Amino acid sequence: MTAMTSARPTTGPSSPRARLQAFAHLHRSATIIASMVLITVAMILLPQVPPLSFIQRSDAWYDTFANAGVFILLAMGLNVVVGLAGLLDLGYAAFFAIGSYTYAYSNSPFSHQNLPFLPMLAVGAAVAAVFGIALGAPTLRLRGDYLAIMTLGFGEIVPIMFLNLDKWTEGTNGIGGIFRPEPLPLLGEFTPLSPFAYYILSVMIVTLAMILLYRMQDSRIGRAWNAIREDELAAAANGINTVTTKLLAFAIGATTAGFAGVFNASKLTIVSPEQFLFAVSFSVLAMVILGGMGNIWGVAAGAFVVYLIQIVLLKQLNGIVENLNVPFLTKVNFLDYQYLLFGIALVLMMLFRPEGLFPSQRRRRELHIADELEGPIDEPGVIGSMGETPGADETFNEAAGEDVPGHDR
Amino acid sequence: MTAPIAASTITGTAASVAGEPMLVLEEVNTYYGQIHALQGVDLSVAEGEIVTLIGANGAGKTTTLKTISGLLHPRHGTVRFEGTDVSRTPAHLLVRRGIGHAPEGRRIFSRMSVLENLMMGAFTRETPTIPPDLERVMTLFPRLRERSHQLGGTLSGGEQQMLAIGRALMSHPRLLLLDEPSLGLSPILVQQIFAIIREINSQGTTVLLVEQNALQALSIAHRAYVLQTGRVVLAGPAKDVMSNETVRKAYLGED
Repeated sequence: MTAMTSARPTTGPSSPRARLQAFAHLHRSATIIASMVLITVAMILLPQVPPLSFIQRSDAWYDTFANAGVFILLAMGLNVVVGLAGLLDLGYAAFFAIGSYTYAYSNSPFSHQNLPFLPMLAVGAAVAAVFGIALGAPTLRLRGDYLAIMTLGFGEIVPIMFLNLDKWTEGTNGIGGIFRPEPLPLLGEFTPLSPFAYYILSVMIVTLAMILLYRMQDSRIGRAWNAIREDELAAAANGINTVTTKLLAFAIGATTAGFAGVFNASKLTIVSPEQFLFAVSFSVLAMVILGGMGNIWGVAAGAFVVYLIQIVLLKQLNGIVENLNVPFLTKVNFLDYQYLLFGIALVLMMLFRPEGLFPSQRRRRELHIADELEGPIDEPGVIGSMGETPGADETFNEAAGEDVPGHDR
Repeated sequence: MTAPIAASTITGTAASVAGEPMLVLEEVNTYYGQIHALQGVDLSVAEGEIVTLIGANGAGKTTTLKTISGLLHPRHGTVRFEGTDVSRTPAHLLVRRGIGHAPEGRRIFSRMSVLENLMMGAFTRETPTIPPDLERVMTLFPRLRERSHQLGGTLSGGEQQMLAIGRALMSHPRLLLLDEPSLGLSPILVQQIFAIIREINSQGTTVLLVEQNALQALSIAHRAYVLQTGRVVLAGPAKDVMSNETVRKAYLGED
């Protein structure tokens, strides 16, 4: 007991690192903006010097970074649903699709519309949020596996609808020729030859989303998500409206996917159903898990790393192997093994670092709860229920008959 | 199953000071799907009392508490709290109205620190009102102060129970529902917990206590209800219930 109670000083942070963390926590938005500016500048400069400049031209790098922004947004949004509220969503790409198609309808020869980009960013997010609530409302009674299966179904339904309603969606061809955003102040023109403007725009959207998500995570709502993730009944008994809180998690996740969708459609200039298959939902979930569920910076970094590996590294690996002329490896297309590598990475991760590459403080503590239990237990009277098996001692008195599992709402 | 007890050998009516008691259950019928768990429960708790609800496994004690706190809703019958019908009110609103519930099995947030657990209990409170409540809980349970930065899951069983009660108190309830606070605790800790429950009551919180440890519960309660297969079979002042022969046989382990 003595060692544990003194583990954390209660009187202000002492080490410079802790002081920096405390400062960052207090000035969240300013820290995010400052960090993003630094990262952006670094990412403008780095592609112009080796080794990055050997791999591809700097414009190609900016294009890659802009695309990575889409996945960073998706991962941060899914993190709200899975990492913060603890609701497993396997059909997250559906909201991405809805955001993308919303922009396609507002800016394409197909719909004869050409609406301004920035308002459409908000509209796309709002439409996705409405669908998030529409999906959330009937599924809220479900938990765990059942919720996952429902969302999986929704994730399948949406692209199939876009595929089969060809009168309204051009079916498998998708909606093409989508108009790019109109020139914006500071960023200039958006053309296929100038990915730089897209890159900066992507950074701005990511920064905005990050600030909003951090604000939510630090607020009452964030704490309510956390409580629901741990124990829904206890959360309700503490005065949390579990229905609206879970709905909000779905809506916020969908909103972020909506942002990503609008940006993606405006950049690719085509949307088609096969862009939103299960593989996307799965990839984003893997990014969240690899990055460090529950930590916004962590999942953003995870998404960035995974995307770069997928898009740049595997492609380059093919080139490198060809140049080296290794006899049997030259026949291997590494991109084909993308999901195999994903799978292996996830298995290794669960074995050796289940909290992810960049875990939140909370997750790290949760998953290493056993470490905190080390040391002698100096309470002879109350040995029985320790952390890892809460409620184990209830078997003494046998759970009361009325407590049928699954009926405890 | 214990032997049935002759209904209402002691007539017990709540001592209502002025008008209606704080909490009144009338003909409450609660179901789990097809299972008829509460079959017309009548019960009342007056302000300032400690009332205990005893009975065997499956008698409906936990269901009764859940029905009061809004985690379950009765199919028939009414639950009135401070004069208003709250039978259909969801749990989170009842917390705001002043019903605190420390559910069965403690259900603390094992991955949050002790302090975070207590702050979750204050979810419905205005920020300036929280520190005095926190101080009160920490004074009642000095152990929680010592361990305020430790994760809930790393606490011992007794400490977890203290945390569960403390968390329920953080909503500043006028009526506190306690579900088996002595479950799985050592005899010394049981004594401590019951002493604290009495202390909480003397500070002005009305307590409805569900217990299997009938002797302990009856010794601190003002009045008691005995529940059997979803019905109240006996009600009255705790002393009378304790001296009732059938209760002594069924719950107090006497021959």
